[in-house]
Amino acid sequence: MQLLLFNVFNGLVIGMFYALMALGLSMILGLNQTINMAHGGFLIVGAYLAFTLDPYLGFWGALVAGPLCAAVLGLVVERLLIKPLYKRNEPLYTLLVTFGLALVIQDVARRIWGPQGLPFSIPDVLNSPISEALFFITGYRALIVAIALIAAIALFLVLQYTRLGVRIRAGTRDLETVATLGVNIYVLRALNFALGCLFAGLAGVLAAGQLGLIPTMGESVIMPSFVAIIVGGVGSLVGSILGGLIIGVAAGVMTTYYPAASEAVIYLIMAVVLVVRPRGLLGQEGLFE
Amino acid sequence: MNRKIAALAVLWALLASAPWWLPVVGGYTQLGSRVLIYALATMSLNLLLGFTGGLSFGHAAYFGLGGYGAGMTLKYLAPSTPLALLVGTLVGGAAATLLGPSVMRRRGIYFAMITIAIGQLFYFVAVRWNEVTGGEDGLAGFARQPLHLGGWTLPLDDTAFYYLVLVCFAAGVAIIGLLLRSPLGRTWVAIRENQRRAQFLGLPVARYVWASFAISGTLTAFAGGLNALLNNFTSPQDLHWILSGNFVIMVVLGGMRSFWGPLAGVIIFLVAQDYLSSLTENWMTFIGIIFILVVLLFPRGLLGMLRARTRPQ
Repeated sequence: MQLLLFNVFNGLVIGMFYALMALGLSMILGLNQTINMAHGGFLIVGAYLAFTLDPYLGFWGALVAGPLCAAVLGLVVERLLIKPLYKRNEPLYTLLVTFGLALVIQDVARRIWGPQGLPFSIPDVLNSPISEALFFITGYRALIVAIALIAAIALFLVLQYTRLGVRIRAGTRDLETVATLGVNIYVLRALNFALGCLFAGLAGVLAAGQLGLIPTMGESVIMPSFVAIIVGGVGSLVGSILGGLIIGVAAGVMTTYYPAASEAVIYLIMAVVLVVRPRGLLGQEGLFE
Repeated sequence: MNRKIAALAVLWALLASAPWWLPVVGGYTQLGSRVLIYALATMSLNLLLGFTGGLSFGHAAYFGLGGYGAGMTLKYLAPSTPLALLVGTLVGGAAATLLGPSVMRRRGIYFAMITIAIGQLFYFVAVRWNEVTGGEDGLAGFARQPLHLGGWTLPLDDTAFYYLVLVCFAAGVAIIGLLLRSPLGRTWVAIRENQRRAQFLGLPVARYVWASFAISGTLTAFAGGLNALLNNFTSPQDLHWILSGNFVIMVVLGGMRSFWGPLAGVIIFLVAQDYLSSLTENWMTFIGIIFILVVLLFPRGLLGMLRARTRPQ
């Protein structure tokens, strides 16, 4: 029983990473019409730069700086590589460009920081368990869940109540009309891309503290994040979070009973969802079809 | 028209004589076989990608399934090369046929995402099902067997195997070419050009996309089977989404809208990969840069550009 609880909580933490990644991917998918294969690359950038900046800024400073660096890189990438492709109006090209970028980032990270795993030290306070019985809930894991939730809620508040958020939501539905109303959609799309990368960077820093750093860390998270989006429903941000948590917990539970299938199970969940409810749990009809 | 026939004659003559001239220009026979195998896989992919407009980013799944099907047949079932190829093709083809319905109603982004994700399922099965698939280390311990033709026995050394691959490639190309010239192929192109109009004409679009997906996957699996026989080995990397991405970039590099484009793309990509990986450890960076440059600067691909030059619009 305790083993199950342990794995469920483990899955929840992993699911939080998936959810953060899926949120960013979903936003970029919506407004930038881009399947960002380099999203794992931005996770690597956030994680490794936080690691490098940690000695100067401390853990909390790095926790803020890492994601910001990923967002700034996102701005640059959007301007140089994605923007020239908007007018082609064909997802194939942005998919391939970000795919190439993912290879470059991973290889460069391997070059700079080495192929082996690196430990990312977190403050001692966070390392101790919260209680004796629930030994597996360390302060850090609780912090991951809390920060991910706060980030998600903050994102929803921004999207719901700020002018930028309203424009992003409107642009996702009908970009042409938004442009006609006098909004600079190039700035809007650039900011949106950076915002998505910010979430990837945040997931990277948090994952680094939990699992350590390795150049392949982005590659292993991005596929489950796609699955999270498909399960939750393309076009629904709440769905992306839900999808991330579902597959995270499912993988955790599977680890208890049949570890060999802990990866395959999330693809089976996706297959079931696609058969039973093709547009995903919370997906809207007619979007991206 | 005559120029086209002449170009085709030259192409086939070059392919048929490759074992003689390849070593002269610094290549080797196995590289020639690999080029033909990947060309068959990418031309099959292009049937779906370039001619039906289905953005499949998971074709490595069928390639790898073909490889595992062929390898496992040789290892566990029977020492027969044709049987191995047949089983590999059927396994991959069956998977594509069964999975087709999950994407046939989708377009663009959704189509790509689902095909990417589905492909990974097979990757993890191959990695985790250690006892049967050899896990992360890959499936080894099998070798292609001599062919028995009537009373003849043909041992498959590198050169003989190249010609087996060439025959298979020719057969695959003939199938793809005939399909694209048939009414079925015309319908695929119509769907690519304007899906809504095709729908209004009363065409069962989803069923046509399914057919394209299934045929494309089956032929890719055939290529995958040959690939396993070429290396006498197959590994989860043959199922990985990175290979799927490589397939797509090879198609784009050569020219998506042209029949022979993928062959040109494969030659450039494989030679570049072979050369770069012998030159530097960081060849992945260069491959990534090739991806980016091709998309930004040469989106129509090599043959697309040549055609635009010879036939101004």
